[in-house]
Amino acid sequence: MSGSDAATIDPDVADPDVLPDQPWVVLVWNDPINLMSYVAFVFQKLFGYSKDQADRLMRQVHEEGRAVVSAGPRERAEHDVARLHEHGLWATMQHDT
Amino acid sequence: MFRRRRFVRALDGSVRVRLSDDDRRVMEWLLPQLRSALVGVEPDGDVPDALRRLFPTAHPDDVDAEADYRGLMRDQLLAGRLDALDRVEATLGEEQLDPEDADLWMGVVNDLRLTIGTVLDVGEDDEVEIDPDDPDAAARFAYDYLTGVLAELVDARMD
Repeated sequence: MSGSDAATIDPDVADPDVLPDQPWVVLVWNDPINLMSYVAFVFQKLFGYSKDQADRLMRQVHEEGRAVVSAGPRERAEHDVARLHEHGLWATMQHDT
Repeated sequence: MFRRRRFVRALDGSVRVRLSDDDRRVMEWLLPQLRSALVGVEPDGDVPDALRRLFPTAHPDDVDAEADYRGLMRDQLLAGRLDALDRVEATLGEEQLDPEDADLWMGVVNDLRLTIGTVLDVGEDDEVEIDPDDPDAAARFAYDYLTGVLAELVDARMD
Protein backbone atom coordinates (compact mmCIF):
# COMPACT_ATOMS: atom_id res chain seq x y z
CA MET A 1 0.00 0.00 0.00
CA SER A 2 1.36 3.39 -0.90
CA GLY A 3 0.19 7.00 -0.68
CA SER A 4 0.08 9.48 2.12
CA ASP A 5 -3.46 9.06 3.34
CA ALA A 6 -2.52 8.77 6.99
CA ALA A 7 -6.10 8.72 8.17
CA THR A 8 -6.72 5.18 7.03
CA ILE A 9 -5.30 2.28 8.94
CA ASP A 10 -4.76 -0.93 7.11
CA PRO A 11 -5.53 -3.58 9.74
CA ASP A 12 -3.08 -5.94 8.05
CA VAL A 13 -0.12 -3.69 8.58
CA ALA A 14 -1.15 -1.86 11.73
CA ASP A 15 1.09 -2.62 14.67
CA PRO A 16 -0.97 -4.52 17.23
CA ASP A 17 0.96 -2.75 19.98
CA VAL A 18 -0.56 0.60 19.05
CA LEU A 19 -4.08 -0.81 19.04
CA PRO A 20 -4.38 -1.87 22.65
CA ASP A 21 -8.15 -2.06 22.58
CA GLN A 22 -8.32 -4.56 19.78
CA PRO A 23 -9.44 -7.86 21.24
CA TRP A 24 -7.28 -10.92 20.95
CA VAL A 25 -8.60 -14.45 20.86
CA VAL A 26 -6.99 -17.56 22.27
CA LEU A 27 -7.40 -20.68 20.16
CA VAL A 28 -6.87 -24.28 21.17
CA TRP A 29 -6.04 -26.65 18.31
CA ASN A 30 -6.85 -30.31 17.93
CA ASP A 31 -4.03 -32.67 18.69
CA PRO A 32 -4.13 -36.45 18.23
CA ILE A 33 -2.34 -37.06 21.51
CA ASN A 34 -4.21 -35.01 24.11
CA LEU A 35 -6.85 -36.98 25.95
CA MET A 36 -10.36 -35.54 25.52
CA SER A 37 -11.32 -35.78 29.18
CA TYR A 38 -8.06 -34.07 30.15
CA VAL A 39 -8.66 -31.20 27.73
CA ALA A 40 -12.18 -30.66 29.13
CA PHE A 41 -10.79 -30.78 32.67
CA VAL A 42 -8.20 -28.11 31.84
CA PHE A 43 -10.88 -25.84 30.33
CA GLN A 44 -12.93 -26.12 33.53
CA LYS A 45 -9.95 -25.53 35.76
CA LEU A 46 -8.42 -22.57 33.91
CA PHE A 47 -11.50 -20.71 32.76
CA GLY A 48 -14.15 -21.78 35.25
CA TYR A 49 -16.37 -23.24 32.53
CA SER A 50 -19.12 -25.61 33.62
CA LYS A 51 -18.65 -29.27 32.74
CA ASP A 52 -21.13 -28.90 29.85
CA GLN A 53 -19.43 -25.79 28.46
CA ALA A 54 -16.00 -27.39 28.77
CA ASP A 55 -17.20 -30.58 27.06
CA ARG A 56 -18.76 -28.55 24.24
CA LEU A 57 -15.55 -26.60 23.66
CA MET A 58 -13.48 -29.77 23.79
CA ARG A 59 -15.76 -31.39 21.19
CA GLN A 60 -15.48 -28.30 18.99
CA VAL A 61 -11.69 -28.57 19.15
CA HIS A 62 -11.88 -32.25 18.30
CA GLU A 63 -14.44 -32.01 15.50
CA GLU A 64 -13.66 -28.63 13.92
CA GLY A 65 -9.93 -28.65 14.56
CA ARG A 66 -9.93 -25.63 16.88
CA ALA A 67 -12.01 -23.51 19.21
CA VAL A 68 -11.81 -20.05 20.73
CA VAL A 69 -11.48 -20.53 24.48
CA SER A 70 -10.98 -16.96 25.64
CA ALA A 71 -10.77 -13.39 24.34
CA GLY A 72 -9.55 -10.08 25.66
CA PRO A 73 -6.67 -7.63 25.69
CA ARG A 74 -3.25 -8.80 24.59
CA GLU A 75 -1.80 -9.32 28.09
CA ARG A 76 -4.78 -11.38 29.14
CA ALA A 77 -4.58 -13.53 26.01
CA GLU A 78 -0.85 -14.05 26.53
CA HIS A 79 -1.48 -15.11 30.11
CA ASP A 80 -4.16 -17.60 29.02
CA VAL A 81 -1.94 -19.02 26.27
CA ALA A 82 0.89 -19.51 28.76
CA ARG A 83 -1.39 -21.31 31.21
CA LEU A 84 -2.65 -23.58 28.42
CA HIS A 85 0.95 -24.30 27.39
CA GLU A 86 1.75 -25.03 31.03
CA HIS A 87 -0.95 -27.72 30.83
CA GLY A 88 0.37 -29.11 27.56
CA LEU A 89 -2.40 -27.83 25.29
CA TRP A 90 -1.68 -26.51 21.80
CA ALA A 91 -2.82 -22.87 22.12
CA THR A 92 -2.15 -19.86 19.93
CA MET A 93 -3.37 -16.25 20.03
CA GLN A 94 -4.37 -13.90 17.28
CA HIS A 95 -6.03 -10.60 16.64
CA ASP A 96 -9.78 -10.97 16.31
CA THR A 97 -10.32 -9.28 12.96
CA MET B 1 -9.81 -57.34 32.20
CA PHE B 2 -11.06 -55.66 35.34
CA ARG B 3 -8.59 -53.76 37.39
CA ARG B 4 -8.84 -51.68 40.49
CA ARG B 5 -8.78 -47.96 39.87
CA ARG B 6 -5.51 -46.44 40.97
CA PHE B 7 -6.95 -43.01 41.81
CA VAL B 8 -10.22 -42.45 43.63
CA ARG B 9 -11.79 -39.20 44.70
CA ALA B 10 -12.23 -38.88 48.47
CA LEU B 11 -15.15 -37.02 50.01
CA ASP B 12 -13.00 -34.00 50.85
CA GLY B 13 -11.89 -33.64 47.23
CA SER B 14 -8.46 -35.15 47.73
CA VAL B 15 -7.40 -38.18 45.72
CA ARG B 16 -6.73 -41.59 47.25
CA VAL B 17 -3.82 -43.35 45.55
CA ARG B 18 -3.57 -47.11 45.25
CA LEU B 19 -0.47 -47.71 43.18
CA SER B 20 1.06 -51.17 43.10
CA ASP B 21 4.80 -51.69 43.39
CA ASP B 22 4.82 -52.24 39.63
CA ASP B 23 3.04 -48.91 39.08
CA ARG B 24 5.65 -47.12 41.15
CA ARG B 25 8.47 -48.90 39.33
CA VAL B 26 7.09 -47.77 35.97
CA MET B 27 6.93 -44.18 37.22
CA GLU B 28 10.45 -44.43 38.67
CA TRP B 29 11.60 -45.59 35.24
CA LEU B 30 9.83 -42.79 33.35
CA LEU B 31 10.24 -39.71 35.57
CA PRO B 32 14.05 -39.44 35.29
CA GLN B 33 13.76 -39.70 31.51
CA LEU B 34 11.48 -36.67 31.43
CA ARG B 35 13.89 -34.82 33.71
CA SER B 36 16.90 -35.51 31.48
CA ALA B 37 14.95 -34.35 28.44
CA LEU B 38 13.83 -31.14 30.20
CA VAL B 39 17.22 -30.14 31.59
CA GLY B 40 18.54 -30.16 28.00
CA VAL B 41 16.15 -27.35 27.00
CA GLU B 42 17.93 -24.07 26.43
CA PRO B 43 16.17 -20.81 27.26
CA ASP B 44 16.80 -19.24 23.86
CA GLY B 45 17.39 -22.17 21.55
CA ASP B 46 15.04 -24.39 19.63
CA VAL B 47 13.23 -27.03 21.64
CA PRO B 48 14.19 -30.65 20.89
CA ASP B 49 11.56 -32.14 18.61
CA ALA B 50 10.42 -34.69 21.21
CA LEU B 51 9.46 -31.81 23.53
CA ARG B 52 7.77 -29.56 20.98
CA ARG B 53 4.29 -30.23 22.42
CA LEU B 54 5.49 -29.04 25.84
CA PHE B 55 6.57 -25.68 24.44
CA PRO B 56 4.12 -24.84 21.66
CA THR B 57 4.23 -21.76 19.47
CA ALA B 58 1.95 -18.95 20.68
CA HIS B 59 2.27 -16.77 17.55
CA PRO B 60 2.72 -19.07 14.53
CA ASP B 61 2.44 -16.20 12.03
CA ASP B 62 4.54 -13.58 13.80
CA VAL B 63 8.23 -14.30 14.35
CA ASP B 64 8.84 -11.20 16.49
CA ALA B 65 5.85 -11.73 18.75
CA GLU B 66 6.86 -15.36 19.14
CA ALA B 67 10.39 -14.37 20.14
CA ASP B 68 8.93 -11.99 22.74
CA TYR B 69 6.62 -14.68 24.07
CA ARG B 70 9.44 -17.18 24.28
CA GLY B 71 11.67 -14.65 26.05
CA LEU B 72 8.95 -14.02 28.62
CA MET B 73 7.66 -17.53 29.12
CA ARG B 74 10.20 -20.22 28.26
CA ASP B 75 12.04 -20.10 31.61
CA GLN B 76 8.81 -20.03 33.55
CA LEU B 77 7.30 -22.98 31.65
CA LEU B 78 10.47 -24.99 32.07
CA ALA B 79 10.84 -24.21 35.78
CA GLY B 80 7.18 -25.07 36.38
CA ARG B 81 7.61 -28.45 34.71
CA LEU B 82 10.75 -29.26 36.71
CA ASP B 83 9.06 -28.18 39.97
CA ALA B 84 6.08 -30.41 39.19
CA LEU B 85 8.45 -33.29 38.50
CA ASP B 86 10.16 -32.72 41.88
CA ARG B 87 6.81 -32.75 43.61
CA VAL B 88 5.63 -35.95 41.92
CA GLU B 89 8.88 -37.71 42.82
CA ALA B 90 8.54 -36.50 46.41
CA THR B 91 4.93 -37.74 46.70
CA LEU B 92 5.29 -41.01 44.75
CA GLY B 93 4.92 -43.03 47.96
CA GLU B 94 1.87 -41.13 49.25
CA GLU B 95 -1.53 -42.76 49.60
CA GLN B 96 -3.44 -39.50 49.47
CA LEU B 97 -2.88 -36.42 47.30
CA ASP B 98 -4.46 -33.03 47.87
CA PRO B 99 -6.07 -31.54 44.73
CA GLU B 100 -3.03 -29.36 43.95
CA ASP B 101 -0.66 -32.32 44.06
CA ALA B 102 -3.08 -34.48 42.07
CA ASP B 103 -3.09 -31.79 39.37
CA LEU B 104 0.71 -31.70 39.36
CA TRP B 105 0.69 -35.47 38.87
CA MET B 106 -1.75 -35.05 36.01
CA GLY B 107 0.49 -32.46 34.38
CA VAL B 108 3.61 -34.61 34.67
CA VAL B 109 1.81 -37.72 33.38
CA ASN B 110 0.50 -35.62 30.50
CA ASP B 111 3.99 -34.23 29.77
CA LEU B 112 5.30 -37.81 29.60
CA ARG B 113 2.45 -38.85 27.28
CA LEU B 114 3.02 -35.84 25.02
CA THR B 115 6.75 -36.53 24.82
CA ILE B 116 6.50 -40.27 24.19
CA GLY B 117 3.53 -39.82 21.81
CA THR B 118 5.55 -37.27 19.81
CA VAL B 119 8.51 -39.64 19.52
CA LEU B 120 6.17 -42.46 18.45
CA ASP B 121 4.34 -40.07 16.11
CA VAL B 122 0.95 -41.17 17.47
CA GLY B 123 -2.01 -40.29 15.22
CA GLU B 124 -5.74 -39.82 15.76
CA ASP B 125 -7.44 -42.93 17.21
CA ASP B 126 -4.27 -44.98 17.05
CA GLU B 127 -4.80 -48.22 18.88
CA VAL B 128 -2.08 -50.58 17.87
CA GLU B 129 -1.48 -54.00 19.35
CA ILE B 130 1.92 -54.01 20.99
CA ASP B 131 4.28 -56.31 19.11
CA PRO B 132 7.05 -57.48 21.47
CA ASP B 133 9.51 -57.49 18.56
CA ASP B 134 8.83 -53.83 17.82
CA PRO B 135 11.87 -51.79 18.89
CA ASP B 136 9.35 -49.20 20.19
CA ALA B 137 7.47 -51.79 22.27
CA ALA B 138 8.60 -50.32 25.59
CA ALA B 139 7.63 -46.80 24.54
CA ARG B 140 4.23 -48.03 23.28
CA PHE B 141 3.64 -49.83 26.54
CA ALA B 142 4.56 -46.67 28.46
CA TYR B 143 2.26 -44.53 26.30
CA ASP B 144 -0.74 -46.84 26.80
CA TYR B 145 0.03 -47.14 30.48
CA LEU B 146 0.18 -43.36 30.94
CA THR B 147 -3.08 -42.93 29.01
CA GLY B 148 -4.79 -45.16 31.58
CA VAL B 149 -3.21 -43.34 34.51
CA LEU B 150 -4.16 -39.92 33.15
CA ALA B 151 -7.77 -40.96 32.47
CA GLU B 152 -8.10 -42.24 36.03
CA LEU B 153 -6.55 -39.08 37.49
CA VAL B 154 -8.95 -36.88 35.49
CA ASP B 155 -11.92 -38.98 36.65
CA ALA B 156 -10.78 -38.67 40.24
CA ARG B 157 -10.54 -34.88 39.94
CA MET B 158 -13.78 -34.25 38.03
CA ASP B 159 -16.76 -33.04 40.00
